[in-house]
Parts: sequence; C-alpha cells; structure tokens
Amino acid sequence: MSFFRLLSLALTALSRTKTRSLLTVLGVIIGVGAVIAMVSIGEGAKAKVAATFSSLGTSTLVVTSGSSSAGGARGGAGTQPTLTWDDVAAIRELPEVATVAPQLRRNLQLLSETANWQTQVVGSTPEWFVIRNWAVDSGEPLTDADVASQRKVAILGKTVATSLFGDGVDPVGQTIRLDRTPFVVGGVLAAKGTSANGQDNDDTVLVPSSTFASKLGGSGGIAKYLQGQLLVSAVSDARTAEAKAAIEDLLRTRHRIREDSDDDFTVRDLSAIAAAQAESTATITSLLAGVALVSLLVGGIGIMNIMLVSVTERTREIGLRMAIGARQGHVLLQFLIEATVLSVVGGLLGILGGLAAAKYLAVKFGFPWLIRPEIVVLAVGVSAAVGITFGAYPARKASRLDPITALRYE
Amino acid sequence: MSTATATALAPAPATDIVMATRDLWKTYGRGDTEVHALRGVNLTIRAGECVAVMGPSGSGKSTLLNVLGCLDRPTRGSYHLGGIDVAGLPADRLADVRNQTLGFVFQSYCLLPRTSALDNVILPMLYGGVSRRELAPRAIAALERVGLGSRLHHTPAELSGGQQQRVAIARSIVNRPRVILADEPTGNLDSKTTVEILALFQELGAEGITIVLVTHEPDVAAYASRVVVVKDGLIQDDHTQVPQVAARVTGGTS
Repeated sequence: MSFFRLLSLALTALSRTKTRSLLTVLGVIIGVGAVIAMVSIGEGAKAKVAATFSSLGTSTLVVTSGSSSAGGARGGAGTQPTLTWDDVAAIRELPEVATVAPQLRRNLQLLSETANWQTQVVGSTPEWFVIRNWAVDSGEPLTDADVASQRKVAILGKTVATSLFGDGVDPVGQTIRLDRTPFVVGGVLAAKGTSANGQDNDDTVLVPSSTFASKLGGSGGIAKYLQGQLLVSAVSDARTAEAKAAIEDLLRTRHRIREDSDDDFTVRDLSAIAAAQAESTATITSLLAGVALVSLLVGGIGIMNIMLVSVTERTREIGLRMAIGARQGHVLLQFLIEATVLSVVGGLLGILGGLAAAKYLAVKFGFPWLIRPEIVVLAVGVSAAVGITFGAYPARKASRLDPITALRYE
Repeated sequence: MSTATATALAPAPATDIVMATRDLWKTYGRGDTEVHALRGVNLTIRAGECVAVMGPSGSGKSTLLNVLGCLDRPTRGSYHLGGIDVAGLPADRLADVRNQTLGFVFQSYCLLPRTSALDNVILPMLYGGVSRRELAPRAIAALERVGLGSRLHHTPAELSGGQQQRVAIARSIVNRPRVILADEPTGNLDSKTTVEILALFQELGAEGITIVLVTHEPDVAAYASRVVVVKDGLIQDDHTQVPQVAARVTGGTS
C-alpha cells in the first residue's frame, strides 16, 4: 500500500472528526507559536542591545583620572586629574591601541539668537567620531586643523540643534555662544537616540579639545593635565582586554605607582558590559523558549491523548479494517500518519501565528523583527517529531488489537 | 500479493473443494483453566455451497467461523483454504488472504461512520492494491449489484438497516472473494428485510460464491443448501437440504 493511499486514509479519518482535530491541533499551534515568538523576540532584543552598545563604538575603553582625596573625603573617579597629555601620547603609541580621543566635559549654557539651552560640551579631536562610530548629518566633523588652530567651531547634537534653532532648520554657519565665547556651528551630528543607560545621546555639543582647554576650561587646573576622560579604541574586539592590561601597565609605570598601591586611574571596558548585556538577553531568550517548549510538549501529550481516545473509539473500525485485509503495519502507519498530520498542521499554523505575534511585539516594543530560518525549520521538525513520538504509543496500541476482540467491542 | 494469491488459488484440486479442515482444535488457556473451543472439527465445503452453521452459544461456532475467516489460528490441525494451508501462515499473509479470498458480513454491518457508501465499498480495494482508476467503477458496480446504485453518496446514518447491510455485502464482494463469511447477517433486521438479504446471498451463491452463514434461527438456516450444527466443539450434525427459495423483492428500497 502506497504512502499516499495511507495519507489519504488518515486525512479521511481526521476529517470525520473536524472539531476534535482542530482542537487537538490548537495545542501544537500554541506550543510552536510560542517557541517561534519567544525566539524571535529574544533575537530582536539581543539585536537592540547590540545596536545600543555599538553607539559607543565597539572595542572601546574609557580611561578616567583618579579621585581627589581631601581630608579623607574621596571625590570619585575623575575628580583628581592625574592623566597628562603625555600619557595620552604614550597610550596612542601602544601596539594594542588603534586610536585615542580625549573627552573633556563641562556643562555650559548655550545661546543662539533666539534661544538658550544647557548641555554637556565635549572637547575632543577628529578621532572621537571614529571611536564613537558617529557621523555628521550636515556640515563637517572636526578636523586636525580645527584642533591645531584652536578654532571656535562647534558640532551640535540633534537635540541641541533643535533646541537652539528649532526643528528642520540647518544651523551650519550660524553663531552660538558658549560661556560668552562665540562659536560657529560647523556641523550637526546624526541622531543616535537613547543610550544604554537611558540618556539622550543627542544632547551634546562637540568642540576642538584645544579650544575647550583654552576658552572653556573654567577654573580647571594645570595645562599638562587632561580635564576629563580618554576614549581608547583597541585594534580589534578580541584584543580589547589586552589593550586594557597594556594601558594599566603603562600608566602604573608612568605614574610610578608601587606594587602595593592602588591605581590613580581607572580603565573601563565597555565591550565587556555589552557582552554581559547580550548574555543576559540570551539567557532570558533561552528561558522563554524553554517555557514555550514545555507548552509544545503539552500539545504533544494532547495529541497522544486524543489519539488514544480515537483508538478506543474506533476499535470496531480497526477490527473491521483488519478483517478486510489491513495488515498490522497498515493500521500502525495510518494512526502514526494521523498524529503526524495533526502535529505538522499545528506546527505550520503555529509558525504563522508565532511570526505574527513576534511582529506585533516587535513593533510594540521597537525591536527589529528577526526570523531565523533555522528556527522555523526546527519548529516544523520538532512538531513532526512530537507527532511521531506521541502518536507511536496509540498507533502501536491500535495495530496490536486482536481483530476478533476488536470486532466484538461495543 | 494479490496476483500471487490468485495464481496459488488457480490450480485448485480438480474437486471444487474451497475449504477443508482436518482435526481442527482450538484451546484457550493452559492447565486447569484449559478450555477446548474446538475439539477436532472435520469440515469440507465445496464451491457454491450455502452452509448455515448453527449451534447454541458457547458451542464453538464463533471460534470455528474465526478460524475459517483466518482471523484466528487453530491450536492443532490443518485448514486448507482454496488449496493452500493457511493454518501456519504469518499474520500479514493471513491479512492478504482475508483481503483477496474472503468477504465478511457482520450482524452490526461495521460500516465506517460519516463515510459514503461508495467509500465504504472502496476500502477493501485500498488494502488490496487495486489501481486508483479501478476503485470507483468497481465499487459502483458492486453497489449496483446489491441494488444500491442510487445511494452511492449516502452515509450509513442516512441508510436503513437493510440498506446498510447491502453496503456491507457490496464491500464483501468487491474484491471478488471465493467465500463470504456472514456472522448473523440478519440478526438486526426485520423478517421482510431478512428475506431480501437472504435472496441476495442466494443470487451470489448462484454466481459461484461460497456462503458460510452463522445463525441461530432455523428460519434463516432453511434458506441454506446445507446445515452444520456445532455442539461442544464438535460437529454434531451435517446435512444437505433443498433450500427454501427467497423471492427477491424488487428495488431494494427497504
């Protein structure tokens, strides 16, 4: 007997009990749908976390000065300037380091012709755009010439540009005042949205580090020290940890720190934070997928249950089929195919439902809608396996029936 | 398989013996609880005979029918069906023999519910490997043969008891068997319908199909050409008779 003939026998049998078949399938639909939706959402969340962290640039290290210590009260990282411009030059020469950019920071009041706005002003160099992986929407980024000649040029973040000049106005070439010093707007940064810890990335202004030091440095100290942080980009993601260790060694040597003393600086590895975040997202995804798999298992047990009911209910039919010439194998295969058809149909509908649910949630939470084809293939495979596994026992039971007893079954 | 059986059956002995049992024993249980349902049955049935098997319940007639129908194997003894010894065949071969050589009719019809008469009749051909193109024409021919040509697409629920039994008979003849085994085929029918069904069996018998009919009603047995009485696992009485002729009521609309 051909497979297609058995398949049509199975389909005919299933179509005799449509409502029941549909309800049985529902369990698998929910199970597979949940797996697909959970994995898809997990992937989306992971991609979103990755995107958020890539706004910092990959393989980025942040070097911060040590803390001030006055009468036992320690001021926290960066309050005591210990990093010198010579340190910066030395770090730049390390083989593990690709680029460095200072990040001098101060909150200042900004004025345009019509508005004013307080924000964080950052003094840096052209490398900053590389390390932060950030481009300008209009105008030009900072150049080496800007830094060398201490030009009074400012690159505005999107939020600042909108606040000072209004929406849709290109402020390039306009003049603004920072702490009473006039600056020409040289460009506007591309919008970057919210950072990993919820701050507005676009609420910032960038000026050349040299201009910052001479015009905006405020009361801040001695010219040889860096008033802020240093961003360092390692040559590759893989060598970030190496670069971190090299910078620490270098600075301890340069600052003449004894073996048993604490560092007077800190080096933070942002990619490690990103990796930890990605890992926690992955863990939650596996957890959700695990829960969803349990519901698929429950769906499979539902199939087994219905198939057992079906075998009992159709005992006479099985006896008759055997009497008119069905072999044990025919009966076994028919019931196995019935169970598999139920689970595969459920699996296919579940994939559609799961993708739709994932799409809805992705739009709702602003995730990218990601479908991994291997997950879809896996879901179909798993649902077929569920049907075969949970159909095997009822099918075996049916095929082992004694035709005489089965025919007399009431 | 079908052709293999057909060729195996073709060179049957010159005698037209269809079924032959010799010293057939069937024992259930072991030791103290041993029950002998059959205790050495010798029975020979020729082609075209219409044999009524009678006997009280517990006499062993059901066991005999099961063995004759290849649904059960004897504990001891030989059973030749169409010239081949089926007593020792494996289960799958027995299934093929049931499919090709035998037709079954049951007291409770045993039709698939919510399934058309046509599809019910097609069922044995599916297991017999009949080609797709032949399925419907042969099933329609069988249903027309039993007078249900106009009820092809009715489901059992839409048919009367007599019509359902006709569908079952169509199903039993669709694979062109040599023997029809009927277990109390008229047990659920009124007397008028009973006569119609028996008329149908007599017509099939006239076409050369052997009928083995289990019944406990002497009225039904009167239509058979031979009556075998089973008691305590043995054949107590075996005689031929002139069958009462069942006048077929035309139309088959009962």
